[in-house]
Amino acid sequence: MAGLELLSDQGYRIDGRKPDELRRIRCKLGVFTQADGSAYIEQGNTKVLAAIYGPREADQNMRNQICHDKCFLNCEYTQATFSTAERKHRSRGDRKGQDMSTHIKQTFEATIQTSLYPRSQIDIYLQVLQADGSNYCACINAASLALIDAGIAMKDYVCACSASLTKGKPVIDINHVEESSDCAELSVAILPKLGQIVYSELNGRLHANELPDVIDAVVRGCKDLFVVMDRTVREHLEETATTFTHS
Amino acid sequence: MAKAILGDSEKWFIVHGVQDDFRTDGRSCESYRHIELETGILSNTHGSARIRLGSSELLVGVKVELGTPKPQRINEGWLEFHVDCSPNAHPVFQGRGGKELSDNICSMLTRVYRNNTVMDLEALGVIPQKHCWVVHVDVLILECGGNLIDAASIAVKASLYNTGIPNISLTDGDEGEVEINLPDDPEDVKHLKTINCPVLVTLSKIGNRHIVDATDEEECCCSASLVMGVTRRGHTVGVRKMGGGSLDPESLTEMIDSGKKIGRQLHISLDKLLKIEAGMSEDIKQTGYL
Repeated sequence: MAGLELLSDQGYRIDGRKPDELRRIRCKLGVFTQADGSAYIEQGNTKVLAAIYGPREADQNMRNQICHDKCFLNCEYTQATFSTAERKHRSRGDRKGQDMSTHIKQTFEATIQTSLYPRSQIDIYLQVLQADGSNYCACINAASLALIDAGIAMKDYVCACSASLTKGKPVIDINHVEESSDCAELSVAILPKLGQIVYSELNGRLHANELPDVIDAVVRGCKDLFVVMDRTVREHLEETATTFTHS
Repeated sequence: MAKAILGDSEKWFIVHGVQDDFRTDGRSCESYRHIELETGILSNTHGSARIRLGSSELLVGVKVELGTPKPQRINEGWLEFHVDCSPNAHPVFQGRGGKELSDNICSMLTRVYRNNTVMDLEALGVIPQKHCWVVHVDVLILECGGNLIDAASIAVKASLYNTGIPNISLTDGDEGEVEINLPDDPEDVKHLKTINCPVLVTLSKIGNRHIVDATDEEECCCSASLVMGVTRRGHTVGVRKMGGGSLDPESLTEMIDSGKKIGRQLHISLDKLLKIEAGMSEDIKQTGYL
């Protein structure tokens, strides 16, 4: 776009953030009553709802996936028709949705202690209400909170953040405008306390010399995100505990 | 449809309770559960509403775009409905599982809004035969707690009330073509007149009596139900019988009469709430799902 600078000379991005600043993050656990676990997260204008069903007995049509020593995960990612600026009807099972679902499933297979739930199924459903960049990351964060709400054993929280490289500087938590530009886009999901990367995806071209800086920036972003998520979980726990003790 | 599994004794308990005008949650046969409604929560849509009816939760987003008018109605725009069942509501909605339910609700909404008196479609026309506004109403079902049809219609009316169509100006361009100019100010919108928009009321027949706003468990016990579209003045704009049971003609007229009365009351409360919300100051933050 002519005249649209992703990073101004003073070091501010289009929405006024500094390169290492995350968007405003607001999240809530326990949004739905019928799901075993649910969470809602807002990262700037990206809004995602996650619902967890399980661990439960495997569905009829998924019987062939049962493992005797661990549970299997079933993940579905859906985007609402009104989520993007232009209304787009997405049918279920389209390629992008399937792609995202597989990536998210892969991330959580590395995190959930599946050996504790043999012969069962855990369903992770993600619904994007508004998409403004970093959809995958918001989904991972929402699902992580929802799994905590469901009480499913995990090795650690999973925090995901995205990053890009503009004018030689790494910028984190990119929005839709920054995503649609020609820059490379790196999405990483980490286990913050263990310091391990469970998923990473790079789109676009990035010079090998620049990669360590971008990874450092994104890991720092994830750790900042972890602080927000942890605080939300602890506040939710305090609230729930007070309703039990004060009744 | 996501059905609750009930044993025989539970069904009899519900049926006997209804005979005495006393339902499992203490309501009478003709009262609705607690309804929570919030409009304008999605910033990238032209209008939106979120409703929570008991434990059913829906989100409606309205987006308008310019399209070509239909050949039989060259001066008018049109409404298009789309319903999506999110797997968040129930695992059975994964993949194409929710198609039957969403088609049902979608066809019911399309039917009641097709009526000429319901919405002034000429206000949606821009240039006869060439351009008109197409209003896409997308309903997203997030939680199933029974009575999704009524909840969807209330949320649709609220979101249409909240919808702002950009005020376009027409100028003469080259070659006799008329150019359409969108306003720079996103607040420069005109609202739709939703005074005649209908609300769908579902009356379920249990035993000899009929109830309104059935929960999941009550829906399992009902043999047949009647869905009717009722406007603010109490006029019926569409009736459909659903379910595998049968209704005899006397109970049919009885159900239609109470449906009209209930629909009128629902409109009064809904309109009052929408006015209050529209008048609320901009400082009060909207919570949405937080």
